[in-house]
Amino acid sequence: MIEMQDVWKQYPNGARALNGVSVHITKGEFVYVVGPSGAGKSTFIKLMYREERPTKGHIFVNGFNIDRLKDRKVPLLRRSIGVVFQDFKLLPRLTAYENVAFALEVIGTSKRQIKRRVADALNWVGLSDKADMLPSQLSGGEQQRVAVARALVNNPAVIIADEPTGNLDPETSWDVMKLFQRINDRGTTIVMATHNKDIVNTMRKRVIAIEGGQIVRDEQKGMYGYED
Amino acid sequence: MKISMLGRHIREGCKNLLRNSWMSIASVGAVAITLLILGVTLVIALNAQQLSNYMAGQLQVNAFLKQNVTKQQALALDAEIKALPGVQEAIYVPKDQGFKELQQSLGKEYQEVLQGFSKNNPIPDKIVVKAKDPKQTLGIAAEIRQMDGVDKVDDGKQVVDKLFRFLDMVRNIGVVFVVGLVVMAMFLISNTIKITIFSRRREIEIMKLVGATDWFIRWPFLTEGIIIGVVGALVPFALIVYGYHSAFVRMGGTFLAVAFPLIPTGALAQKLALVMFGLGIFIGIWGGIMSVRRFLRV
Repeated sequence: MIEMQDVWKQYPNGARALNGVSVHITKGEFVYVVGPSGAGKSTFIKLMYREERPTKGHIFVNGFNIDRLKDRKVPLLRRSIGVVFQDFKLLPRLTAYENVAFALEVIGTSKRQIKRRVADALNWVGLSDKADMLPSQLSGGEQQRVAVARALVNNPAVIIADEPTGNLDPETSWDVMKLFQRINDRGTTIVMATHNKDIVNTMRKRVIAIEGGQIVRDEQKGMYGYED
Repeated sequence: MKISMLGRHIREGCKNLLRNSWMSIASVGAVAITLLILGVTLVIALNAQQLSNYMAGQLQVNAFLKQNVTKQQALALDAEIKALPGVQEAIYVPKDQGFKELQQSLGKEYQEVLQGFSKNNPIPDKIVVKAKDPKQTLGIAAEIRQMDGVDKVDDGKQVVDKLFRFLDMVRNIGVVFVVGLVVMAMFLISNTIKITIFSRRREIEIMKLVGATDWFIRWPFLTEGIIIGVVGALVPFALIVYGYHSAFVRMGGTFLAVAFPLIPTGALAQKLALVMFGLGIFIGIWGGIMSVRRFLRV
């Protein structure tokens, strides 16, 4: 599903973000990526959906050879991946429904399909009754659920989440985490960078810890392991 | 691209335009002024071309004979000229006929003045020569000039040369103007679209994340540019065609000073439309591509 072989990443300004990372994530896994800020977590995540390209090494995601992937083919990779961010990245002028529909519109899905699948996705995250609200009228947790619905609506094989609970209070964070658990239960692979100690230590999953651009720990049902 | 998508791209392009209406108006204005000047230059150039073709067809050599040349000698000269290579026709015009022609062309007011000359006709015999190919006119004129009994040869060279030099100048000035203005218009369109992109970069970012192709992202900005280009061409096109047609009708289809036939409005409008809309769309697409290009690199 996701495979990295001796991946190095050095940014044009000389900063070395990853130094020889190898990892294998199988289909249906739920993986936390932890580590101090600036340790390479974000780069690790961004490489998976080709926001960044590796300086050296090989990356395979959903059958795409990322280090060889042509720019032209990147949209195809992205369609097989759902991405969720700390700041939700919703369009402020569009309603919840339109935000989710947007992901289907831009890949040329037919009107009828869009209607059906958006309704399904919103129903799935429990926001059917708030479909016509603008992001500004929704709480943070609700906004993040809209973002999750948008990531889901394409039926991706993998969902990549970059600190999805970073802007949420603890209670709402748990609601969103339950959502991710349900997505994972359907067989969708989840890779989540997080700073949330409580969640990692309570909802026990595989934990990959990155420090100084290297994987320093990789354990099933691991602990957060940092004091923040 | 799917056809069903085209509607969306055009809709988005229009939305962008309305969102930054002032910049859009400035861009349309820049394109319109550019194309107005281009169009006027084109109208002049096309008519100049028409004029030069017309003049070339009219070019003839007037060979004036010396006063002491007899009719037999004149006819012999005429035959000699006819025998020159490249001569289409050589018509001998005796002095009496020349006088009558002059009378006719001057009209009634000058009849009395001319009456005084009728006894002692000052007009020389002449032979009017026309070349098969207008380009040979000057060569034939030079040969005739060498012949015995020929006094003066008028080949119309000076008039035509001066006219052509003037037309060339008009065209060159027009080209310089238009190139400068095209660059300015592209710059303005590109800036207008950049503002749109800036205000929509979040949208573009999300589009890229959910797997929109670069072309899908590019199209609305291209349609925006194309709309600016087309509207910017429409205004000056209508102005020029309307203006030209009014002038054409008022002048009765000829240009007064030189009395050569102008190009009919319909034929001119076709050529103008091709150039103006073509260039308008080109400027629009170019401005659009330039502004999105850097932004799409991630």
